Amino acid sequence: MTDKCMTVDQAVAEVTDGMTIGIGGWGSRRKPMAFVRALVRKGVKDLTVVSYGGPDIGILCATGQLKKAVYGFVSLDSIPLEPHFRKARQQGTIEAVELDEGMFLLGLRAAAQRLPFLPTRAGLGSDVLKINPHLKTVKSPYDDGEELVAVPALNVDVAFIHMNRADAQGNGQALGRDPYFDNLFCMAANKAFMSCEKLVSTKELVAGGPLQSLVINRMMVSGVVEAPGGAHFTECLPDYPRDEAFQREYAKTAKDDDAWNAFLAKYLEVSETDYQKAVSS
Amino acid sequence: MSSQEATRADICALAVAECFRNDGEIMVSAMGTTPSLGARLAKATFAPDLLMTDGFNLLLRRALPLGAKPSDDDVEGWMPFGSVFDTLWWGRRHVMMGASQIDQFGNQNIACIGPWETPKAQLLGVRGAPGNTINHVTSYWVPNHNARALVSKVDMVSGVGYDHAAALGAGGGRFHEIRRVISNLGVFDFNTPDRRMRLASLHPGVELQQVIDNTGFELVIPQRVDTTQVPTPDIVGVLRELDPQGYSQKEVVV
Repeated sequence: MTDKCMTVDQAVAEVTDGMTIGIGGWGSRRKPMAFVRALVRKGVKDLTVVSYGGPDIGILCATGQLKKAVYGFVSLDSIPLEPHFRKARQQGTIEAVELDEGMFLLGLRAAAQRLPFLPTRAGLGSDVLKINPHLKTVKSPYDDGEELVAVPALNVDVAFIHMNRADAQGNGQALGRDPYFDNLFCMAANKAFMSCEKLVSTKELVAGGPLQSLVINRMMVSGVVEAPGGAHFTECLPDYPRDEAFQREYAKTAKDDDAWNAFLAKYLEVSETDYQKAVSS
Repeated sequence: MSSQEATRADICALAVAECFRNDGEIMVSAMGTTPSLGARLAKATFAPDLLMTDGFNLLLRRALPLGAKPSDDDVEGWMPFGSVFDTLWWGRRHVMMGASQIDQFGNQNIACIGPWETPKAQLLGVRGAPGNTINHVTSYWVPNHNARALVSKVDMVSGVGYDHAAALGAGGGRFHEIRRVISNLGVFDFNTPDRRMRLASLHPGVELQQVIDNTGFELVIPQRVDTTQVPTPDIVGVLRELDPQGYSQKEVVV
């Protein structure tokens, strides 16, 4: 079987200007931050990012690489609103597609199932339909004739996810208590890349947790990267909790351009190895 | 807080709990301090069948104090986000959300202030409010009742109110119910012919005029205004156990 091991920079080489990328995790939880940092180093522009957003969207707003955000929310969890995203929205520097959290999930599912849309009641009667004029409703073809929102598929070019463990062939394991929707991100993508805390043999992978934790299979991913601390500063339970002190430092940089530039130079314009060194010192 | 005398915060917590009294075996999701405390009070006393999570992904069999970490013995099930969505679409859920703005028909805004395209203030975004309100029972908590929060028109409809639900016709709005709005001043519901917000009861010590002056639309005021139930010393004792740090006392504006 194919050995899919690569570096974050090799994976991110697949991303070109103007692409739509899907980013797994949830808020400030198990985000593939090593890939996000690699996207910053690569400097790729005009990205559309599809995400249950956290600092992934925030950082790409701050670097000016994000053109359009498609989200159910953008939050740092312990800091309810992502400050760089907030700033970008208030200054009108990004396009936004704001969906109900459940609609967002149906959009991912529709893409994973190669459907044009999936129907739901979510959105009916709310201004979500007003702010998203591209959203249409569909009438049930059955006797009830109910009018429902047709959530369009959230297809993406490239997806990035981060797992606790993976093998070289692309099987991945989420050892935390919530798998989130990383499998759907992979299936909604033309190509998906997975980083992991620790690369192990298939045997160790299977022995390392319950079978239900094996949420990613090798059909879903084109490349595997071992990236210890790859979700930092978001949480990656049970391997590590969120680095709240670091997150607070990051959040503060939204208020001060000098602080942001210093953060960028120290933590983002450096290799992943140097990033990990900088945050552990 | 060692005193067994009921404070305004305790009255609010009981009023929150009362929203869930007859819900039976459904999941309660309570956002914020006083909603969490009130939901736990309901589960600990008169509504033991309610299902509640630890705020993350564990279903807990008993109501723990605010801020307490569950032990293995407290867990009865698993509710990751995927199951939360399934449950809310299934309809077996009652959520209590906050509201940056709420209007006379119960339309709620948590998304932004000013025009959505370039907001004056980006708030939380719509989050799950559109899906929650159209799929199952919703109540709201307003810790600081004023005319900037209770407005004649919300800047953006996140949670769906009765006028918008009615406009969908019998099909679209059939699972919509805004049960109550609890504020630091009183209890409000929509038990009126045209589904406008009504003052259901005033908290003890609150004047009717104070509510009228702090509401940005015309409330329906019944002939006889009730006083919100004051928790008994027993209930106050339970509240002290469920909120030993007194978080709710700090949240509620008196």
